[in-house]
Amino acid sequence: MKIKEKIILWSRLKSPWILHFNTGACNGCDIEIVDALTPKYDVERFGLVLKATPRHADVLVVSGPVTRQQAKRLKRIYEQMPEPKFVLAVGACACSGGVFDGCYSVLGGLDKIIPVSAYIPGCPVRPEAIIDGVVKLIGALESGAKKEIEAK
Amino acid sequence: MAKITIPLGPQHPALKEPENFMLVLDGEQICDATVNLGYNHRGIEKAAENRNYIQDIYLLERICGICSHSHVSCYIGCVEEIAKVEVPQRAKAIRTLVAELERIHSHLLWLGVAAYEMGFETMFMYTWRDREQVLDCLEMLSGNRVHYGINTLGGVRRDINAQQAKEIIKKINYLEERTKYYVNLATEEPTVLARTQNVGKLPYKVALERNALGPTARASGVKMDVRKQEPYFIYDKLDFEMITYDSEDVFGRVVVRVLELVESYKIIKQVLSALPEGAISVKVPWKIPAGESVFRYEAPRGEDIHYVKSNGSEIPERVKVRAPTLSNFQSIPYMLKGDYLADVPITIAAIDPCMSCTDRAVVYDAKNGKTRTFDWEELRKYSIEFYKKKGVNFSTK
Ligand code: SF4
Repeated sequence: MKIKEKIILWSRLKSPWILHFNTGACNGCDIEIVDALTPKYDVERFGLVLKATPRHADVLVVSGPVTRQQAKRLKRIYEQMPEPKFVLAVGACACSGGVFDGCYSVLGGLDKIIPVSAYIPGCPVRPEAIIDGVVKLIGALESGAKKEIEAK
Repeated sequence: MAKITIPLGPQHPALKEPENFMLVLDGEQICDATVNLGYNHRGIEKAAENRNYIQDIYLLERICGICSHSHVSCYIGCVEEIAKVEVPQRAKAIRTLVAELERIHSHLLWLGVAAYEMGFETMFMYTWRDREQVLDCLEMLSGNRVHYGINTLGGVRRDINAQQAKEIIKKINYLEERTKYYVNLATEEPTVLARTQNVGKLPYKVALERNALGPTARASGVKMDVRKQEPYFIYDKLDFEMITYDSEDVFGRVVVRVLELVESYKIIKQVLSALPEGAISVKVPWKIPAGESVFRYEAPRGEDIHYVKSNGSEIPERVKVRAPTLSNFQSIPYMLKGDYLADVPITIAAIDPCMSCTDRAVVYDAKNGKTRTFDWEELRKYSIEFYKKKGVNFSTK
């Protein structure tokens, strides 16, 4: 592994920046995501920082079923993110549509619109589950990136 | 200088939820604002017509994660009225207890968000840390942190024991101490004063005209609180004040909410000290007799109204929800006019908007602004046709 690649990987793993997007959630998952950022749970110790624009973000954290109105906006936000990008589906709704599956204005789970890297189930998800998901994602990134570099 | 129009949302760092404001700016000053809704529309009311009364409890709970107990209590109030069920006193007391815990959680959450919008992040972290205490209480009582699912037709699902009551009192005592600090902070801290005083003005008359509700209206001096006007549960037996303030600005809304916290602590202590004995629920038949009913409920954001129509089967014929934020949104363009761009986030946050509550069924014809009267069948046909054109078919018959 070259020194340049090492530095990039290190910075990517130590500080993934996240963008939170609500595609029609009931707020339950959103407040739990914010909860995970506040003192009791504090995911910031893994280097996670909430960012305001998709152009700065590495990880897109999405809550809620995808509504008709939000689908194209979600796509656009996903496209605006720089590579490599990862998507976390938070909550039963984002994973599969949850209770809203079958509603006329809901398209279903997140994976119908954009590729998803990790699913965190629960209605709402517990902050502990979010932390667990984030840690697993970072772990997967690390092993994936190392393999890729070694294969080169 | 030429006027420019900028969009705010649906994805914007200052907004926690998808909504869109078109702001017309003259330099830094706002001369007009329009609100666009519908990004969060999921079609819950339609879905409620396809599920039975028990399933609807869990569906309607998920209208909103912050005031989930409010929506369910409101819906259940309607159904119980139609079915003429006498709910046991103990169940009513537990519902009141959860309702007030929810109000505390919601107001603390709001205080944090408002502080965040002011640029006062320390307070955001403080209030959210303290809010965990309430969430612990709710989890202990119901088993879940956000969607409690404590209500069921005819009563509540879980009882409360003496040890839990003691634990809750302990946590409430701690919060009471902390709230004293917040009261000081909200009323004396120069940053807060500078960011909130004379911002987002909503005079008494306009508040009435535009039908502001809850803390937004009470901060403009309007005396309205369903808990006092039309007491439900056991509120008629409790001793608490209706908090109003007459500064008519964002500052007033902060003060009203912080002082309401204190009232909620008072209510919880009263409920726990005189918890009636007896059963926690009664049996309600699957099929609800034909009838209709409306229930009003004071949610943390204002008055929530549900309408339920039944037709004798186990599935409701119609469920209509009017969430407080929908009503409060009418005042936002007024509050924004003449203010500065930097004050927009805090002004919007000050009504404590909850888009997931609001965006269920908003139909507004902005293009011609005309109102047309449809009768029920016509309207139904029109909507089915309208959605068929868009490729959605839900004509079941
Ligand atoms: S998973 Fe549950 S809590 Fe989360 S957005 Fe969906 S309904 Fe709300």
